[in-house]
Amino acid sequence: MAQIFKRSTNTLAKATIYGGVFIVAFLVWTGTVLDRSSYNTGQGIVLEQPVPFSHDHHTAGMGIDCRYCHTSAETSAYAGIPPTSTCMNCHTQIWANAEILEPVRASFRENEPIRWQRIHDLPDFVYFNHSIHLARGVSCFTCHGNVTEMPLVYQDQSLQMEWCLDCHRNPEKYVRPREEIFNADYKPSEPQAVIGARLVKEYGIETLDSCSTCHR
Amino acid sequence: MATLEGRAGGKGGGNAEIPFIAPGHTPASVTEAISEVVTQKTPKWWYAGFGVAFLLVNVLLMSITWLLVKGTGVWGNNVPVAWAFPIINFVWWIGIGHAGTLISAILLLLRQDWRTSINRFAEAMTLFAVACAGIYPILHVGRPWLAYWLTPYPNTMGLWPQFRSPLVWDVFAVTTYAIVSALFWYTGLIPDLATLRDRSTNRFAQVVYGFGAMGWRGTAKHWHNYETAYLLLAGLATPLVISVHTVVSFDFSVAQLPGWHATIFPPYFVAGAIFAGFAMVLTLTIPLRSLFNLKDFITDRHLANMAKILLLTGLIVLYGYIMEGFFAWFSGHHDEGFMMWNRITGPYRYQWWALILCNGLIPQLLWLRKVRHTPWMLFLVAMVVNVGMWLERFVIIVTSLTRDFLVSSWGSFSPTIWDWGLFVGTIGLFMALLFLFLRFLPMISIFEMRTMVPEAKLDRSKTAGEPSQGAS
Repeated sequence: MAQIFKRSTNTLAKATIYGGVFIVAFLVWTGTVLDRSSYNTGQGIVLEQPVPFSHDHHTAGMGIDCRYCHTSAETSAYAGIPPTSTCMNCHTQIWANAEILEPVRASFRENEPIRWQRIHDLPDFVYFNHSIHLARGVSCFTCHGNVTEMPLVYQDQSLQMEWCLDCHRNPEKYVRPREEIFNADYKPSEPQAVIGARLVKEYGIETLDSCSTCHR
Repeated sequence: MATLEGRAGGKGGGNAEIPFIAPGHTPASVTEAISEVVTQKTPKWWYAGFGVAFLLVNVLLMSITWLLVKGTGVWGNNVPVAWAFPIINFVWWIGIGHAGTLISAILLLLRQDWRTSINRFAEAMTLFAVACAGIYPILHVGRPWLAYWLTPYPNTMGLWPQFRSPLVWDVFAVTTYAIVSALFWYTGLIPDLATLRDRSTNRFAQVVYGFGAMGWRGTAKHWHNYETAYLLLAGLATPLVISVHTVVSFDFSVAQLPGWHATIFPPYFVAGAIFAGFAMVLTLTIPLRSLFNLKDFITDRHLANMAKILLLTGLIVLYGYIMEGFFAWFSGHHDEGFMMWNRITGPYRYQWWALILCNGLIPQLLWLRKVRHTPWMLFLVAMVVNVGMWLERFVIIVTSLTRDFLVSSWGSFSPTIWDWGLFVGTIGLFMALLFLFLRFLPMISIFEMRTMVPEAKLDRSKTAGEPSQGAS
């Protein structure tokens, strides 16, 4: 009787068994890497905006405070995107005829808001409130990165749940004194471990990591 | 093998005169008779049976589709009975699977040679039962496509499963059970797959069985490796007989509900599982050995032995029911006492009384030798036990959940057509898988049966009988 399989089948069979382990391991690894990649999270990706507004120029260069534009950050869930009139406070006087600012003037003229591309967009099933984070000493820069050095803003962190929980489980790693939260050049005066632990106690920060803290 | 009679229950009940393999068989006739089931032309009744099973599989698919379209609201589950048919059916199926592991692992280690005729079949049944069982918790999570969240893996949510929950223990217990059972079953199949490869005449069958046989040539080295692997797997599977249903019982006993929170639960559940499993093995074996002309290999003595295990485990289960009543009284606890009274006289009293009849009283017929040795009677008792074990889970789950500590949280449960559709559908899936198995794989271990033959030869010297079935 003729052999059913060729001699090479032996090698092939062994290769498949051993190879299978590596293929499965590789697929799992690929999955975890893709899950955290900027392709999935949008981290570090610059989006084109209707007007190339530079946070770097306006904050580091001109010295404007975050709250001049994002007026409701300290008092509401939403930090607030400024209306065109906020831009026009200055731009009726300086660069009033610049070509690059035409969309801003058009928006003001026609009373149509500028349609900015949203960078930091949490899923709708997550409850998030800006004011409580600021009130407990979480700086703008902790989550949004060093916006004062960004010509065009991008998402600095992954915004994945493990990232939220990193701070919610260990707030002492990130909290600052309240008066320093808008300071882009802040350096802790003592080691963060010392100052963090003290502030957590002083501000009465609880480790809020139950499901319903965010998923209400 | 000569001492077999003495070892395997030869003394009790006067069974010793019935052999485990009909007289007159040779290794060749054994191989012929068992592999013929697979290599012969598909019998007509197979198409009829598989056709019915296939229709029921479609009921399953429709039930699942409608569930996914509309959500778990199509079921009768609702607070306070958030767990209803899905867990009843899950526990029922998982329990049925236990006979396979017991037969293949524990009876192997105890050198009960009579297991040889039924182990392959019972192991396959285990796998299919676990597959049916697995469907329920996965669908019950509500979003089955996220069911992989039950496993611990480094996820972007920064979360692990709740390791303190028995439901997570369940995931591990059942997964381990499925993997070990599958490995055990497959390892045992390899020499037989090689037999089928060598007996197949068309190229396609040769290649498919050849792949499955993984290059088995039956050398001494192959046999040595095989025996070692099989024994190791038996050792691994042995604790699973106890552990899986123990963990399943923790789903209930870790909770504080009256009727659930009892220390008797693990042994009571394990015995119930083996009870249910053997009932199912008998339910399937009795018709199949007739249909496939395999009465030479699955003799009345096999059936009688299984009937004895059924009787024993049934008595343990009955003891469990009596203990539940005793605990309710002895605890002196108002809610425990009410739970028992409610089972006996409450809205689900018919189910409770039917349960006592099916699992407690009717199996007592197995004390009679006549019942143990009459296949149709045995079949009926086994069928009654199948129903009884389903009722047991229904009673435990529904009566306790509908009558909680607080009267304000009392409720009731009645299943919808989709609950029944899913249940009937998994029975169809089980049957369909079984029919495919019977058609394409040897339902009795050929090479292990060949080792039983010398004993049959001894008998032939006495009776000079011809093989009553077999070579044709």
